[in-house]
Amino acid sequence: MDLLIGDYGHLFVITSFFAAILASYGYYEASKENQLASQSWLKFSRIAFAVHALSVFGVVATLFAIIYTHRYEYHYAWSHSSNHLPVYYMISCFWEGQEGSFLLWIFWHAILGAILIKVNNKWEAPVMAVFMLVQAFLASMIIGIVIPYLNTKIGSSPFILMKESMPDLPVYTLRPDFIAEDGNGLNPLLQNYWMVIHPPTLFLGFAATIVPFAYCMGGLAKGWTKEWIRPALPWALFAAVILGTGIMMGAYWAYETLNFGGYWNWDPVENAVYVPWLILVASLHLMISYKNSGTALRMAVIMVTLSFLLILYATFLTRSGILGNASVHSFTDLGLSGQLLIYLLTFTFLAIVLIAKSWKKIPFENEEPSAYSREFWIFIGVAFLSLAAFQVLATTSIPVYNSIAKALGLELNMAPPATPETHYSYWQMGFAIFIAILSGMGQFFWWKKMDKKQLWDALYLPIILALACTSSIILFGLLDAYTGEEIHYVVKTAYILLVAASLFSIFSNIMIFAKVVRNNYRLTGGALAHIGVAMMLVGILFSSGYSKVVSLNNTGLLYSKEFSEEVNRDNLLLFRNAPEKMKDLQLIYKGQRIEAKGYGGYVNKDWTFPTADPYKVILRKELKDNDVVVFKKGDTLETNPENTFYEVAYVKAVGDTFTLYPRIQQNPRMGNVVSPDIKHFMGRDLYSHLSAIPLAADERDWSAVETHTIHQGDTIYINDYVCIFKHVDVLKNIPGVELGANDYSIVAHLLLLGPDGSSYPMHPNMVILTDQSAKGSIPEMNEELGVKITLENVKPDTHEFEFSVQTCQKDYIIIKAIEKPGINLLWIGTLLVIIGLAMAMFRRYREFVAMRNKGQEVL
Amino acid sequence: MKVSYIILLVVIAVAVGVIFSTTGDASQYVDFAEAAKMASDGDKESVHVVGKLQKNNSGEFVGMTYNPGVDPNYFEFKLTDTKNRTERVLFFQPKPQDFEKAEQIVIIGHTNTKENVFVAEKILMKCPSKYEDKEVKI
Repeated sequence: MDLLIGDYGHLFVITSFFAAILASYGYYEASKENQLASQSWLKFSRIAFAVHALSVFGVVATLFAIIYTHRYEYHYAWSHSSNHLPVYYMISCFWEGQEGSFLLWIFWHAILGAILIKVNNKWEAPVMAVFMLVQAFLASMIIGIVIPYLNTKIGSSPFILMKESMPDLPVYTLRPDFIAEDGNGLNPLLQNYWMVIHPPTLFLGFAATIVPFAYCMGGLAKGWTKEWIRPALPWALFAAVILGTGIMMGAYWAYETLNFGGYWNWDPVENAVYVPWLILVASLHLMISYKNSGTALRMAVIMVTLSFLLILYATFLTRSGILGNASVHSFTDLGLSGQLLIYLLTFTFLAIVLIAKSWKKIPFENEEPSAYSREFWIFIGVAFLSLAAFQVLATTSIPVYNSIAKALGLELNMAPPATPETHYSYWQMGFAIFIAILSGMGQFFWWKKMDKKQLWDALYLPIILALACTSSIILFGLLDAYTGEEIHYVVKTAYILLVAASLFSIFSNIMIFAKVVRNNYRLTGGALAHIGVAMMLVGILFSSGYSKVVSLNNTGLLYSKEFSEEVNRDNLLLFRNAPEKMKDLQLIYKGQRIEAKGYGGYVNKDWTFPTADPYKVILRKELKDNDVVVFKKGDTLETNPENTFYEVAYVKAVGDTFTLYPRIQQNPRMGNVVSPDIKHFMGRDLYSHLSAIPLAADERDWSAVETHTIHQGDTIYINDYVCIFKHVDVLKNIPGVELGANDYSIVAHLLLLGPDGSSYPMHPNMVILTDQSAKGSIPEMNEELGVKITLENVKPDTHEFEFSVQTCQKDYIIIKAIEKPGINLLWIGTLLVIIGLAMAMFRRYREFVAMRNKGQEVL
Repeated sequence: MKVSYIILLVVIAVAVGVIFSTTGDASQYVDFAEAAKMASDGDKESVHVVGKLQKNNSGEFVGMTYNPGVDPNYFEFKLTDTKNRTERVLFFQPKPQDFEKAEQIVIIGHTNTKENVFVAEKILMKCPSKYEDKEVKI
């Protein structure tokens, strides 16, 4: 076993850690006021940074090489990849494991660090001193060394061997040099294009939050207590736009791939990034407020610091294992919780000390802001954003309270709310109403101080428009379109308020946009982002508040009388090819489909034979694409055995018929995972997922074996079906079985006739191996009918054939379909927010560059 | 009084409200005995009960009923909690995939005292295969 590559990798990790410490220290020295020495310290630190960055790239390259060449002696490669994994998913292996995702984070930091060194002159030393200290902490998470004497392990290296990580495997006692032939594989849920781009984006957002924090801390340490705002502002906007994009990509992935029925589940992992994002947005408003009028600087310092510390807290929550049962997708505990806690507490402590020391030096406006100034409204908006963040944080931290209580010897037994949707949504909706109103009003103050009359002149048009639109929405009945349970009147009032507030924000920001775009389109970022937020709010309100289960089942009323309140009828059972009514649609479940490499559509599973290799099937019928034959009968198709798609036709009496293919994935890590299929309409989505399928064929309850000994032309009965034994063929070759020169196969042709006149041909066969004087039956199963027929025996003397028949439950699926109105508003709004924030970022960056080029970086 | 103090007071008031709602809405981990007691005291709150499925001596699951052909939205099973008390549980949704494979089950719901069953609104399963990868193919 050549283990040099892992040693190199480990060496790179260790080098990157120590280089980060050296760079941090060097930059700290360089940031001191001593012109001569600081230049040489700066040079030293840049070299240290270069060494650090190169080693980080080295770690990434080494780990990728190990995964790419299937070196399963390494635990990371074995645990997260497999031989069948396509190259473009190999990079996803990086974020399936905890070590790899730290590596990704470190990688982004290395790139951001290089940019910071490039664009700054005076700021380089103080900013990078903070930056590289964070980087050293991150690198320590994957360093994987044991401190001698103390016997403590620091970090978890991605380069440990299988043998080191699982020394107790029984196979090692027999074969000490055992190497697994195939890996455990990447979780199939992550084999999705969103999962290739969502985690890197999210981690870039994580990484970016350090930049405003580093400017802030560096500024405080240097006594540049207000100068840090200008260079930090474009970065705060960058972090907000990237983190926000990452969060929404995750939401879209969840919507497309998971089956909890939506894009947001208030899962602790989601909440853990939502909270810092809110605080980041709040702090960026404060920074802008300071730039424009010199107020709120102290608040800005606190909020920027908080946004970074909350990222560390999120890291601690999701990676320390503290969430336990509370989350579906937290990482496994690698024993890093202590280290993560030290990381969090160190920076909390350092930040508090630095802020406390510089507090007096931070400029402070003693004057009370007037209610007609923008600062006043920004301040209120920030208060609401912070409260919204606090509310989510307080509930998400419930597992932490339990752990703290346990450490104090108490038994708390607190569990997350039983209905997180309502617990979080009602609070967040309340805050959202105010935030929408403020984002509509605040914009008017952007440009000048106002008095009562001017304010009213500016506001009356959007207010009237918003009220008029809200009234017509109510009149058109859009807010009571819900046919299920009654909406409580308080909730409905809140819905109406949210619609009105969002519309007000949309109209007033459109007015601002129209006014500003004539002078300078570059300044319209804020208006666009606010329109986007308001559209998102309306989209969320309708798609969640008015999402409606349409797959109502009105047949199974057997047990329900005792529990009339609790019963739900949300799921519909569809037998194969038996149409079922749903609203104005007819649903027909057509059968199971699989994917085939080289063929665009789905392939009927019944048209294929399985082979010994689960990744290959043999085709029983010609496969055509628009009348062009793509695969011939008997061809071997490459498929993905994890995924089965269930074809369901949605037939309308008038209008379009469409087909959806909800999926079930046999996920070795998570059992059967259900993914929806979504039909997008202009005003709504129809979202369908399976709730249950029959057990796998070998786990089902089969009837007792019935044996029929019959002649050609005879008829027997199987359940409700008439079965005609038509004739037999003798074949010299059958797909999937290798036959010798004297071997042959007997194929029986049976035809099953259903009560409704439908017919189902079945072909059980028997292989005769003459030379070995052996025979074997290949039974045929018809999933749709739940019938399995085996040709057991042939009696040449009496011309009789012996068949055994077994039956089970007919093939069915249970489906749930949900209508989500207005969801497109959410996605369009998201795009607007991204565009708006990005425009603001470029504008602020240009300001920074202009001042820097004038030599006024610190002014 | 300055406006900023009023704002501060409002913020503090809302924050206190948030804390109260967190503790109020938080559910609890209990056993069946406590769940039944809460229900008979008129407490309608949903609770979490942790338990295992009941098996007979030959390792088969007992008390599990799911007939999708009759009613796809009715699933019944028996759960033994950590104190070894077994109760009938109703779940008015399809039987979750891989239910039998779950090593540990958390049900969220409440006891229906009239019928003496536990009505689960949600089921969380902890599958042994979920996050562990201890199986090595040779």
